[in-house]
Amino acid sequence: MAASGLLFIAFVLMHMYGNLKAFGGHDTYNAYAEHLRTFGEPILPREGLLWILRVALIAALVLHVYSAFALWHRSAKARTTKYVMKKNLASSLSSRTMRWGGVTILLFVVWHLINFTIGKVNVSGGSTNDPYNLLVDSFNSWWLTVIYLVAMLALGMHLQHGVWSAAQTLGLTNNARARRNAKSLGWILAVVIAGGFSLVPIFVLAGVISK
Amino acid sequence: MKLTLKIWRQPDAASKGAMHTYEVDEVTGDMSFLEMLDVLNEQLNVKGEDPVAFDSDCREGICGTCGLMINGQAHGPEVTTTCQLHMRSFNDGDEIVIEPWRSDAFPVIKDLVVDRGAFDRIIQAGGFISVNTGSAPEAHSVPVPREDATRAFDAATCIGCGACVAACPNGSAVLFMGAKITHLGELPQGQPERDDRVVSMVAQHDHEGFGGCTNIGECVAACPKEIPFDVISRLNWDLHQAMRHGH
Repeated sequence: MAASGLLFIAFVLMHMYGNLKAFGGHDTYNAYAEHLRTFGEPILPREGLLWILRVALIAALVLHVYSAFALWHRSAKARTTKYVMKKNLASSLSSRTMRWGGVTILLFVVWHLINFTIGKVNVSGGSTNDPYNLLVDSFNSWWLTVIYLVAMLALGMHLQHGVWSAAQTLGLTNNARARRNAKSLGWILAVVIAGGFSLVPIFVLAGVISK
Repeated sequence: MKLTLKIWRQPDAASKGAMHTYEVDEVTGDMSFLEMLDVLNEQLNVKGEDPVAFDSDCREGICGTCGLMINGQAHGPEVTTTCQLHMRSFNDGDEIVIEPWRSDAFPVIKDLVVDRGAFDRIIQAGGFISVNTGSAPEAHSVPVPREDATRAFDAATCIGCGACVAACPNGSAVLFMGAKITHLGELPQGQPERDDRVVSMVAQHDHEGFGGCTNIGECVAACPKEIPFDVISRLNWDLHQAMRHGH
């Protein structure tokens, strides 16, 4: 759970950074997208790096989802008679929504891949062969922007608890200070990643990033 | 003060239980929660009804025998054990919901009494230090750094009451287990069996049917002895080390 999560964190950080290239305009963004495909050439074939990442991410996803459902199953079996009254005293909302939040993110990722990678769906009916134009067309649609922002909220919450929980699972928080640091890091990564991702759709909808 | 109590009644392990409502009067703020239940049981005895079964022993907060879910909180609203919870924490006219610890690893024996044998079996699996019998060794022959001794002592304050399991949304017992592993693992005497200890205890924990930890933290808030969160990290660290050493 923790190890696969760390790979996801590294991935979303890079992905978020790449998305910010949209602020550089059409050519900067598309050049970055093209560069991802030629990265490592000629040692790697075209899209070689992307395929290495894809295989690693899929393996991490399988591990992450398997561990999550194993924990979910154990949890359900550990208390089959529910409390009539049960209060939550110390747990954060993020920690209590890891499971359904995770399912939300998984569904979003499926749509996101259909939207921009596998299917290339342009909701405005425009062309799909230009990454920058597809991006702008997509987020000019307010409802699609809302879906993405909700997904980023889910991602931010998942990261806020996930980062700290991973540190704890890896045995890195053996005193109060390390625990505080891990929790702070969770907040920082949640805000930077979810916030950074949200900038592009918001600025497209506001008309700052346009064709 | 006058209180309305909603209490889980279950005649035995095999029967189905249900919540029953009782009124109890003339409760004073100086009574402990268990004394308040004693008052209720005296009333029930007079009426010829079966008294409410609950666990208690020392009644001074050090044995870990008592433990009730009170208004959705393990050991009730204060950071203490049920026996050290006083009725001054409640108000006249309050309704109090009282349930046993809910965990399939802690089956209900009767009413509010659960079988916590699972904790004993986790301890038997590795929560000990093997020593030869004979005269006590010279205490100064094994120096212990003060910081380690303090931390071991803090972890050793765990009384095994089970509030962590009761409060955990996953029904996990890792705070209890982490306390034992930290307590013994911080001391020189605990080193020879350190790897075996964590591996055996975790295996027994999972075998008993406790859930897996997701670091939510309800256990820490419920713990009457304020066992800190980092004992879970210590447990995980020790488990990784043991695995690296080939376990």
